[in-house]
Amino acid sequence: MFFLIFKRFVLGLVTLFIVSLITFIGVEILPGDACTSYLEREAFGEALAACIKRLGLDVPAHERYISWAYNVIQGDFGYSLSGQMQINEVLGPRIKNSLVLASAAIIIGIPLALILGIITALWRDKMPDIIISTVAIFSMTIPEFISATLLILIVAIWLEWLPGIVIVPTDVTFFELLPNIILPVIAIAMIMTAHMARMVRSSVIQVMASDYIQMAILKGVPYWKMVFKHVLPNALLPAINVVALTIAWLLGGVVVTEVVFNYPGLGRLVIESISNRDLPVVQALGIILASIYVSINFIADLLTLMLNPRLKTLQTRK
Amino acid sequence: METSKNTFHENPKSSLEKVLDIISTMASKPSGFIGLAILIFHVILAITSPWFAPYDYKAINPTLMLNAPSSEFWFGTDSLGRDVFTRTILGGRTALTITFFGSIIALLWGGLLGIFCGLVGGRIDDVVMRIVDAFLSIPWILAMLLIVSLLGTTTEVLIPALGFFYGKGIVRVARAATHDVIAKDFIVSAKARGHSNLSIIWNEILPNVRDAILVEGAMRWSWMLLGFSSLSFLGFGVSPPTPDWGLMISNARGLMSFAWWAVIAPIVGLSSLIIGINLTADAFAKALGIDRSTKAPV
Repeated sequence: MFFLIFKRFVLGLVTLFIVSLITFIGVEILPGDACTSYLEREAFGEALAACIKRLGLDVPAHERYISWAYNVIQGDFGYSLSGQMQINEVLGPRIKNSLVLASAAIIIGIPLALILGIITALWRDKMPDIIISTVAIFSMTIPEFISATLLILIVAIWLEWLPGIVIVPTDVTFFELLPNIILPVIAIAMIMTAHMARMVRSSVIQVMASDYIQMAILKGVPYWKMVFKHVLPNALLPAINVVALTIAWLLGGVVVTEVVFNYPGLGRLVIESISNRDLPVVQALGIILASIYVSINFIADLLTLMLNPRLKTLQTRK
Repeated sequence: METSKNTFHENPKSSLEKVLDIISTMASKPSGFIGLAILIFHVILAITSPWFAPYDYKAINPTLMLNAPSSEFWFGTDSLGRDVFTRTILGGRTALTITFFGSIIALLWGGLLGIFCGLVGGRIDDVVMRIVDAFLSIPWILAMLLIVSLLGTTTEVLIPALGFFYGKGIVRVARAATHDVIAKDFIVSAKARGHSNLSIIWNEILPNVRDAILVEGAMRWSWMLLGFSSLSFLGFGVSPPTPDWGLMISNARGLMSFAWWAVIAPIVGLSSLIIGINLTADAFAKALGIDRSTKAPV
């Protein structure tokens, strides 16, 4: 089992290495380098030369990759073009703000998804299931920017309950941020909950149809005891990986949600850095978001391995 | 040979009959019927709308800014005095066309690469899957925005870019489906007969993994539509004044406290199309006997 975890860990590192290559090569082969795309029409003469010198674009690409990667491993992403700031300083508060948003959505979303998923599975094809599943299909298929816009329109403009748009500086403190994140959190949690609830539902239904549950029913095990002791432990295990994938997928969706609510997180930084053609920041964001994705998946693998005794002997079977 | 074939397949169906069978199975459930109906409605609307659009979609009229819905302008007018009804019925055309061709590209390269990797296995498979994993871990929106902002938002850039980024998930599905059939006897005997990889892919594997890949492609279509609309919404999709729902929502959003109609109409258009495609894809999967509810959106 230790070997399996180690293997997953190494595979994750390999993936990240390839990601770093892809982002580097991608930025390299797309037309225009960091300086010409940032300076645009002023990209000539002294300004261009100074910019190239500052970013070290005059050295060959493979040398630049090595020194860039060496610095990134030590946690230094270099300088951004537009703000003339260290990228670490730009990223720090953004990561914190996005973490607040994501954790709030996860804290609300996961328990809610479990409850709704179990309810819909146990009352399969009855009224509660039909209603919840229909709402779930709506909230997971409608694009984030539409549900967010509708939330603003209904809650903030028509009902005037909450502020519709977040107007706070990037380095806002945690408690100042809190009232502002209610609507964005609802918008994100809605989609996340719907995806996970659907997954939990089908997983519970699958386990309910298995032989050992039929056996438990025939033996006369009380219904709720059976649900909590035999069905749920087996049903929720495969859900861990899907939860991880859903969270990771949200990284993309959060970009749009943050723009709609004007929320100062990583997602808005993605748009800002791309609009400013700030390629060093784009590169840094690519690596950071990919690392989050890889680590979430790694943690999910780890959890599944630890919780599932059957998988511990997997490598002997293969 | 002829007789033995007929005893095995008592009533051999033509492929047209099979397609009709699948469609009628899909429509037999209410969700599938609604999905198909919405999708067909949108496709017909997208094809025919230029002929019955009441106004010019790009005609700016300062005297008609932000008019509420009336008998003259059914869905009101937007901040530039353009008719919202006209722009709404035209607004799905670009998105549908681009994502349709994008999905076909995604299906082709993702499906074929996945089957190939599943078949050959070994070192090549390892390397390709590592690269696919790496691409999966980069958020699609970051990569798409970067490509579009540097290469432009023309159709020639958007279709291949979307096709590429939504195809990488299909590689995994096609590979897994190939692994399921690869150990079966008919593949082993085809190999023993000395058939080439290409012939095995075409004659033995493809008919068996086709369903799984097609279902995946239908799902990708709805996600791609979502992705493309998000790009438009962020200002990186189609360029104005082309009517597009994502762009319309983004433009009308700032004024929605007093002109909600300009934002509601494209919202209804886009949401109904995405829900329609989703329900259809679900029904399609069920009609082919594939359960897609356990999959996360990768």
